[in-house]
This record gives sequence, C-alpha cells and structure tokens, in this order.
Amino acid sequence: MKLNVEELHKVAHLARLSIHPKDEESYSQALSNILDLVDEMQSINTEGVKPMAHPMDTTQRLREDKVTETNQRDQLQKIAPATENGLYLVPRVVE
Amino acid sequence: MLDLSLTQMAQSLAERKFSSLELTQAFLQRIQAVNPQLNAFITLTDQQALEAAKAADAQIATGKSTPLTGIPIAHKDLFCTEGVKTTCGSKMLDNFIAPYDAAVVTSLKNAGAISLGKTNLDEFAMGSSNESSFYGPVKNPWDTQAVAGGSSGGSAAAVAARLVPAATGTDTGGSIRQPAAFCGITGLKPTYGRVSRWGMVAYASSMDQAGPMARSAEDCALLLQHMAGFDSRDSTSVEQPVPDYLSKLGDSLQGITLGLPKEYFGKDLNPEIAERIQAAIKELEKLGASVKEVSLPLTRMAIPAYYVISPAEASSNLSRFDGVRYGYRCENPADLEDLYKRSRSEAFGDEVKRRILIGTYALSEGFYDAYYNKAQQIRRLIAEDFQKAFQEVDLLIAPTTPTPAFDLNSNIVDPIQMYLGDIYTLGVNLAGLPAISVPVGQINKRPVGMQLIGNHFNETRLLNAAHQFQQVTDHHLQKPALV
Repeated sequence: MKLNVEELHKVAHLARLSIHPKDEESYSQALSNILDLVDEMQSINTEGVKPMAHPMDTTQRLREDKVTETNQRDQLQKIAPATENGLYLVPRVVE
Repeated sequence: MLDLSLTQMAQSLAERKFSSLELTQAFLQRIQAVNPQLNAFITLTDQQALEAAKAADAQIATGKSTPLTGIPIAHKDLFCTEGVKTTCGSKMLDNFIAPYDAAVVTSLKNAGAISLGKTNLDEFAMGSSNESSFYGPVKNPWDTQAVAGGSSGGSAAAVAARLVPAATGTDTGGSIRQPAAFCGITGLKPTYGRVSRWGMVAYASSMDQAGPMARSAEDCALLLQHMAGFDSRDSTSVEQPVPDYLSKLGDSLQGITLGLPKEYFGKDLNPEIAERIQAAIKELEKLGASVKEVSLPLTRMAIPAYYVISPAEASSNLSRFDGVRYGYRCENPADLEDLYKRSRSEAFGDEVKRRILIGTYALSEGFYDAYYNKAQQIRRLIAEDFQKAFQEVDLLIAPTTPTPAFDLNSNIVDPIQMYLGDIYTLGVNLAGLPAISVPVGQINKRPVGMQLIGNHFNETRLLNAAHQFQQVTDHHLQKPALV
C-alpha cells in the first residue's frame, strides 16, 4: 500500500507533526513499507470476530463520585514552560 | 559481592558481612568505570543513593529490615521518579523532572531498594535495539559491536555488566524479554494488569507492563513480589491477590506439560538457537516435565496486528506532548499550530514519528476498519490460539528471538527487519499473557534466550520452572568478559 506525499502531509497534520521536504521521500517510503506489512492481515478471514481492545475483555472499573485528590496545581505547574495565575500560556488563539 | 544473588545480598547485609553503604559504593564505582563503554545509564542518582544506603544501614541495625532493604537497583527511564529527570530516552522530556514517583518506584522503595539511577531505553519504549534513544545507543556488554536489545536495553546491559544486581523494565512487544535474551539475563513480563502502570509513561496502553530484570528467576521472583499488586490509580490494574512466588520456586516439575508451538521452530529460527532450546528442553524433561507439539496458527499475524495496534495507541498517548504543560517547547512559536507542530517535530525522533504517523493513519476515517478494527479482530484470534494451546499444556516453550543480538547500525535503514525479529514475543503482549526469558547459552559470544509462556496470572509456575531449570544449568551464571 503506497502512501504518497500528499497523504503523508495530511496524516502529519492530523498528528500535529511537520515533515521537512528533504524527509518526505524517506518517510513516505518507510510508511508504505509498513503498510505493505500490515496489509498481510487482509489474508485472514475475520468475519464475525469481535475486536479485542483489552486482553482479558475487562470493562472500565468505576468508583464513587467523591473527591479524593488534593489540588496540586502549583507543584505540578512548576515544570511548565509558561504559566500565569495558574493558567498555561500559549500563543494567542483568537484575534 | 557484586555477583551475589539478591537473597544472598540481603542475608549478608543482615549478617553485617558488609554494609549497604559499601555495597552501594561498590556498584557506583563499577558504574563509573564501566558505563562509559556501555551507555546503560542516562541519569545517576548517586548522592541520593548514598544517603538512602546510610539510612538502610541504620534500619538494618535496628533489626527492622524488609526483604530488599539496602539493595541497589536501577529504574528504566520510563518510570516517573520524583525530583529526578525522567526522559523516556527522548529530547521531548530532556528537561522533565517528574513531580511524583511511579507506583513501581514507590513499592520498591517501600521494600527497601535503593535506586542508583535511570537506565537508557529506546525512545518512548519504541524499538528493539536501544538505538533510537536521544542519549545514544546502549552497547551489549558481551560484545560492544552488538546491540543490547530494546527497548529496555539499558536495564539489561546494566544487570549483565554487574552495574546493578536488578533493574525494572517494561514490555509492550518484547521489551523486557528480548534485551534479557541478548544480554544473557533473566527478564519477566507479568500478566497484563498484574503490575500498576501508574507513573509509567504510556506507549500502548492495552499491552504495556512493567517487570523485573535480574540474573536469575529467583531474583526476578523477589522483585516481582514487591512490584505486583492492585492499584486503584491504574484503571487496568487487576484485583488479583499476589501469591508468594518465592515459596513455590522449589516445587517439582513432575507432571508439568510443556508445549512447543510448531510455528515458532520454522526456517526463520537460527538453527543454533533451536539446538540450545532442544538441549534446554532435555533438562526440563529430566526434571519431570513432558513435552508435546502444539500449534499457534496465527503466529505470523502477530507482527502486522501489533504494528497497527501499538502505533495507534501510541499516537493517542503521545498527543499529550504538545509543548504546553511540560517537556520541550519550540522557540518563538508563531501560533498554536506552530507550537504543537514544531515542538513535536523538533523533539521526537524518527522511529517515534513513524509510529505516530502509522497509528494516526490506522485510526483515521476510511482506514479504521481495514487497519485498527481488523488488527483487533486478529488479536482476538491470536489470544484464542493461546487459550486452545493452554487447554493441552501448562506452559509453552519458545525461542525469545530468531537470531542472537545483531550488530549496531544494521537495521537503521529498514525498520521492518527489526519488526520481524519480534515474532516470538509480540503474541504474548497481544494476549496479555505472562512470559519469562532465561539464558540458554551463547552463539559467537552473544547470548540467546528461551521463553516460557504461561496463562494469565500464572507467574508462579513460570518462575518455578525457570528456577528449576537454573538449578541444573549454569547459563545464567555466565558473565561477559568485561566483568
């Protein structure tokens, strides 16, 4: 399964990655090779087989809706690149 | 002193043959002397370790020690360690000081173990050679031209080279077992849900598991005893009581049936490895086990299924690295999109980017059914293959890898070759089963391993069988020449 450069950039955008023009060919080739590998799956008949998301088919454990954690915002924000008044700062989003 | 088993070390400490301070200093000196050749460590926490050793000695003096009091270990740099750099082998987290300890770090600390530092790994645990780390590759202590294996290459090399007597690793597709095999040590991947993943940076959440790496099954059992257990903070942690692994190590193997999956012993397997495993099987038969052939027909399909599911899960898990709350942030971002794209593209390595891209593609509209859904269906069929086999036998025997450790830089051009080498380990992760790799000899000085695979939560029998094997063989006692 061949992945062309346009599709590569589309997927990269979804993943918020950018691919440098000099790397387009090698990424495109590498991903196409991987897709060839995974296309082997199509040879197996899986009709009626339920997909397995968890190895023991366990469902999400729930707990009571009670507050059990303490607010550690300041301690956890110590390692942030940019904060102000407990908020994380990013480049302006809206005009 | 450096060659003693964990149990012997603990006993010697209790009998005051030497102190934890002396023991810790000896390992730290060895790390200083040998690590430059191997690059097994990313961060050393020597000051903290020496302080902890003094505290351990004080505790031992009061007679109140725990099984691992004063014993040095190392943690794979995928586990959060409070106040200590936690890099995941990536530029993305080169500046990340973890604000808390992972569950595994806490439980081993509470058991008395002293961490000497954080070991090198493939970036974000993605790799089978420890060549993708931002901090450089790990060299195999048996032959520094060879890879140490991955992704827990640093932990494997550190244990093999006697830089620490034991270390933690993680295994999502073979990342404990394969480096253990390549470095001639013992490594166990527990059942999915056996050990808490809280504080362990996520790669593929439905398969990741933490486990022990040491020089023997007995040592692994001691470590696992203090790693396993339910943790409510990990929503996939299982409320299964933790057995007393050590007490069952001595059980007889009389009447145990071992299955040999015929698909694992085909033309892809190096014939010398096949010979070593046949020899190992003879030893197990002498111990009372019987052997029969079984079939895991979808063995080969584990590769495409894994290399769709794990990148898909990784693409979700790594979306948190966006330059906003922690980790690398690019300089002068023009806008939010630029912040995300440049922070991620500048800080992730090639293999990580490839996997994020494949994963994103597999989950995207129009491809989800053909890729992600299909892979999860195949996953169920593979899991069912294993269950059918376990109806006939107690444990499965398999090679850990099709070849001994390959040379450094041999698979850089074609990652697919590396993926194919995972054929014997991947199915175990897809099915959530426990498995252990034990050394069975060397080929041209490079160690090879044998896997024992058990059904869910049967770590007891795995450790027992591996331990009994190690009582009558000495492969696990071999040391690399540089020791």
